[in-house]
Amino acid sequence: MTSVSKSNEALRFEDISVELGGQPILENVCFEVAPGEVVGLVGRNGVGKTTLLRLAAGSLRPKSGSIMLGETSVLSISRRLLAQRLALVPQDLHVPFPFSVGELVLMGRAPHQPLVGLESEADVTLALAALERLGISHLSDRGIETLSGGERQLVLFARALVQDPQFLLLDEPTAFLDLKHRVEVLREIRAFARSGGAALVVSHDLSLAARSCDRIVLLETGGVAAVGSPRDVLTAENLRHTFGIETLTFLGPDGALVVVPRGFAEQP
Amino acid sequence: MKRLSLARMVLVLGVLCLGLGLISVNALATGPSNIGLAEVVQLFFGVGGSAADLRGEPAADIVLGIRLPRLVLGLLVGAALATAGVIFQALLRNPLADPYVLGVSGGAALAGIAVLALGGLFGIATSFVPIAAFGGGLLATALLYWVSGGPGRSGPTGLLLTGVVFNAFASAGIVFLASIAGFFDGSRIFMWLIGHLSAVEIDAAGMVAISVLIGLVVACALSRSLNLIALGDETAAQLGVPVDRHRRLLLLSTSLMVGAAVAVSGLIGFVGLIVPHSLRLVIGSDHRLLIPAAALTGAGFLVLSDTIARTILDGRELPVGAITALIGGPLFIFLLRRAQSRRPLP
Repeated sequence: MTSVSKSNEALRFEDISVELGGQPILENVCFEVAPGEVVGLVGRNGVGKTTLLRLAAGSLRPKSGSIMLGETSVLSISRRLLAQRLALVPQDLHVPFPFSVGELVLMGRAPHQPLVGLESEADVTLALAALERLGISHLSDRGIETLSGGERQLVLFARALVQDPQFLLLDEPTAFLDLKHRVEVLREIRAFARSGGAALVVSHDLSLAARSCDRIVLLETGGVAAVGSPRDVLTAENLRHTFGIETLTFLGPDGALVVVPRGFAEQP
Repeated sequence: MKRLSLARMVLVLGVLCLGLGLISVNALATGPSNIGLAEVVQLFFGVGGSAADLRGEPAADIVLGIRLPRLVLGLLVGAALATAGVIFQALLRNPLADPYVLGVSGGAALAGIAVLALGGLFGIATSFVPIAAFGGGLLATALLYWVSGGPGRSGPTGLLLTGVVFNAFASAGIVFLASIAGFFDGSRIFMWLIGHLSAVEIDAAGMVAISVLIGLVVACALSRSLNLIALGDETAAQLGVPVDRHRRLLLLSTSLMVGAAVAVSGLIGFVGLIVPHSLRLVIGSDHRLLIPAAALTGAGFLVLSDTIARTILDGRELPVGAITALIGGPLFIFLLRRAQSRRPLP
């Protein structure tokens, strides 16, 4: 994919505290996502993973702290400039109007286009390439409301690629996907990082996260439990502490970490 | 990959313009007096005799003095209502939204009547009716947002319920105000409530034209943003749209259009529902084409409905609002049923 010159700026969460509906969710969260890196965000349901993605996308305001793109807070960048640098792939999307897949993917070009006008040939080429790489070219003229959950996820991922950002924020991008498409999406995320981009990926599949992420941020209720390489973070001890379950963690034949849940941890 | 191209836009809008032209000529050539196509063609295109020959003749008076103003207002009101429907549907992410169903037209009519009925007491001229209608429409829109807690929050039916209740309130207010002001001419109130193009005052056309033009320009300029806002506020913002600013602009200009339309025609219902829904089936959902297409189709639909209303009963005239409501009511029920069956489980 042709790509804007990726800068060397990192996306930094600086001492973030968040409240949702008056409830404190996260406190003093600090970590960063550097260019070339894929960072996994894991933790129990409701612990604040999606909240962190929405904060980074400027859709939520933290109670304190700031999310910095290089030297600038994401809240002080215009919507348009932020959208040129950062794309969020939500878990799902419900559209009340019958937009086609092609139309929806082309909407990813919006931050690069003038207010009024049609998509250029270059925009269309980008969209076609993204659909092709994710193996969903055949869906391009289908109505988005006729797709399955997994197909919709691929469309949303294609839209984010077409947006040509420096940072990809992905909210469980593989949740509804079959094994082949999981591998394809993770391959694309890795390729995106290799080309100088960076990705922050929320995932519940710990083995897949261990295999595809350079670093893992493990969240517990209220904040960050551990940050580091998959081997250092996804230990049986850490997982017992954060998920309340016993796991079997071992290195697979190819050297990648495998995490298998065994049962509930004994109550202390 | 199918996508919006210039050729497609030209084709669709060209066909719609052609249809609109035919409907307009037909409207000019139809009526109780025996003046038909031949006179209209002669008058406007100089075919079959010079246009000057007809000057001062009854044919010219009727076509230019009665039918033409009515045609022009019909075109403007239809364009305004259909475009407003498209915009409300996208902003509220609700395919059932329509200025009439939502009560925005009702708010505009109530404010318009208030000035008409009580303005004299406070020295407010009737020329303020359109401005009052604009304010009334804007207030009704604000009320709608306040009650629903924003787009997509209360589901399709919550919004519609607000509209129904507000419409009932506005209708009662209209009857009440008209009564205390001594408009005991029941037919006049009735005509406000059901919507009509018969009390045409051509003086108003300029004001309506400017309002509708402003509304259309804003809508066309922000049509790409509307595509994104239709996906949800958060998604639109993440794709670079300054959602709040664009929504405010759109709501203001749409209220202006609806206020102007209501001030001259009363409560014509369902145009903003019938036209966008039919168009989406044929040309898709891209607002860059949908907005101008809805303006043209709405104009044509209302003029055609009005031509039917003028001629369906021998010697008597129906209000055009009766025709649009007879078509729109059943369609609304059909769409509501479909929307409910499609709604995801909570």
